[in-house]
Amino acid sequence: MKLVRYFPVAVDSITANKMRAGLTMLGIIIGVAAVLSILGVGRGASANILDEVASQGTTRLTISPSTESEGEGAGAPVQTLTMGDVKALSDPAFHPDVVEVVPQFAGNIQLVAGSNNKQTRVTGTTADYAGVHGLEMAEGRFLTEEEIARMSNVIVIGTAVATDLFERTQVVGESVRINGEPFTIVGVLEESGNAGFGSNDDSGFIPIGVAHGRIFNVPRYRGEYIVTSASANAVSEERVEAAELQIEQTLRLRRGLGAEDDNDFTISTQASLLDTIGAVTSTLTLLLSSIAAISLVVGGIGIMNIMLVSVTERTKEIGLRKALGAHTSDVLLQFLIESLVLTLLGGLIGIAVSYGLALLVQRIPNFPIDILIGVDALILAVGVSAGCGLIFGLYPAMRATRLDPIEALRYE
Amino acid sequence: MAVSSALIDMQNISKVYRMGETEVAALNGVSLSIEEGEYVAIVGTSGSGKSTLMNIVGFLDSPTEGVFAIHGQKASGLTGRQLADLRNREIGFVFQQFNLLARAPAWRQVELPLFYANVARGTARKRALEALTQVGLAERADHRPEELSGGQQQRVAIARALVNRPSLLLADEPTGALDTRTGEEVMALFEKLHEEGLTLVIITHDQEVAERARRVITMRDGVIISDSGGTAGAAHHDRAS
Ligand SMILES: Nc1ncnc2c1ncn2[C@@H]1O[C@H](COP(=O)(O)OP(=O)(O)O)[C@@H](O)[C@H]1O
Ligand SMILES: [Mg+2]
Repeated sequence: MKLVRYFPVAVDSITANKMRAGLTMLGIIIGVAAVLSILGVGRGASANILDEVASQGTTRLTISPSTESEGEGAGAPVQTLTMGDVKALSDPAFHPDVVEVVPQFAGNIQLVAGSNNKQTRVTGTTADYAGVHGLEMAEGRFLTEEEIARMSNVIVIGTAVATDLFERTQVVGESVRINGEPFTIVGVLEESGNAGFGSNDDSGFIPIGVAHGRIFNVPRYRGEYIVTSASANAVSEERVEAAELQIEQTLRLRRGLGAEDDNDFTISTQASLLDTIGAVTSTLTLLLSSIAAISLVVGGIGIMNIMLVSVTERTKEIGLRKALGAHTSDVLLQFLIESLVLTLLGGLIGIAVSYGLALLVQRIPNFPIDILIGVDALILAVGVSAGCGLIFGLYPAMRATRLDPIEALRYE
Repeated sequence: MAVSSALIDMQNISKVYRMGETEVAALNGVSLSIEEGEYVAIVGTSGSGKSTLMNIVGFLDSPTEGVFAIHGQKASGLTGRQLADLRNREIGFVFQQFNLLARAPAWRQVELPLFYANVARGTARKRALEALTQVGLAERADHRPEELSGGQQQRVAIARALVNRPSLLLADEPTGALDTRTGEEVMALFEKLHEEGLTLVIITHDQEVAERARRVITMRDGVIISDSGGTAGAAHHDRAS
């Protein structure tokens, strides 16, 4: 096919001016590499987060309080989710699809061991927390029901807390002080190895009654201690929605909300969390990619610029080709394919660069995200760079075809 | 001989260039016919219209007035595409400045007209090498212009003009950029090609070059002022047949 025969002509003219071709391609190279890397980072990050979320169980529901102003202009908003709600939700008669309702009251407080201390996020909770949140133990065990009931001074800590306080993680049986009270460490959590989302490395867990009654100065709402949140498990993945409805009904009933009143609490499921995360990461990726895409356009304009220079420089060559029998279409295709080859080459180098970057990032130990470059992104990159070549090559190529052969031959 | 049998037939050709308000008549009613197998030299002072005439004969330019035909077929009213095909098939051009592609090896230069004639790649290469052999440059097929002398470059250009077996070879001052000795070598090559049957029109202002031709046309101010015509060409024709 004749079309194929323009490629060696294009390659000849590109290699004839390697320096210039390289500089011209630079815009496309940077653009493609930037778009691919950003798409890859976005994909890697969301894959990471989604993995994390999925590993924590897909049947979990989280109930968080909204705030409500009590009475007319009564001042400070009050949290209304309380231990009373948790107890009510734990009744299987009204909530057949809900199991393991776990209250949480969390606050930041200082843990002290000898001369070391560490500001730690300490959560008061119950024994079921470990199951609902999928916690794994490195040492010892999680809080027991008996310890919860007896409000024992026991604590489970994350690895970062252990190493900061004791410079080791085998610390079961050791003691830490909170507000001057000694707590016995009964367990150390598995390191999550993830500095970001959902890590418990910097956390501590104590019985909920201890948190409410002794450690934090927790206010009450209608006679019950408030909680910062509660989690629960649905009996199965299929029953998550049913469980959500049962919880909502009880909470609305307890608050005496009428048909037109809004919930003063929110129930989020892992599914809704996954949706939110997906939406956020893809919006972010889109935004960053659009910024990177601008460099592709700039690169394309660079190509057009150089092709225009090339057409002017090669006026005599174009005249000669026409004298030897080249049709207008021959000249058009020659220059169009030349800019196509230039941009495709740039695109391929850009792909190579982004792959190199991805490999490099993988080698960095503990780097939180991988760059995942999908086939669709590759097709996009090749397509966009070829498109750039055709669009930005068209005008210079048309300029070349318009040259009059004798004028062109006479050109110096 | 009948006019219709002529390879090239020009009747009353004029070419006027407009430059703003002023008009320059480069050709002023030129009539000329060239038979197959002729060897014609066109001489005349600079600016007398020789190149303009050649560009019209070579389908690179169109006359402002007059009728021009090749093989009895009129050239007026043809599309750009048809003109390009005529240049490709009927005409071989040799320019004073060689006009080779800067970086291509000789065989690629020679192959070029065949590329535009859609000749298959293998055949094209073979024919390019044959044409290079014809001009005595078979061993230089892979050399690029910068590795060739001026005379050799012009021979590559001649091979390129020959490769698609044109009816007519047009050379515009082909020795103008060469020293005397290499100029003579190139002229000897033209003569050899003419002996082999090629129709040749050479523009020159070198009297010695002109004297080798069988027919000399002299131009001045856009008109033909003398044409040794017919007899010499016919004599050659008789000898050849
Ligand atoms: N493109 C053009 N525009 C204007 N005038 C031209 C152009 N080409 C040639 N001429 C004029 O036409 C006349 C003939 O030119 P040309 O055919 O090149 O002469 P020669 O080849 O005999 O030197 C000259 O006066 C020249 O200035
Ligand atoms: Mg001239």
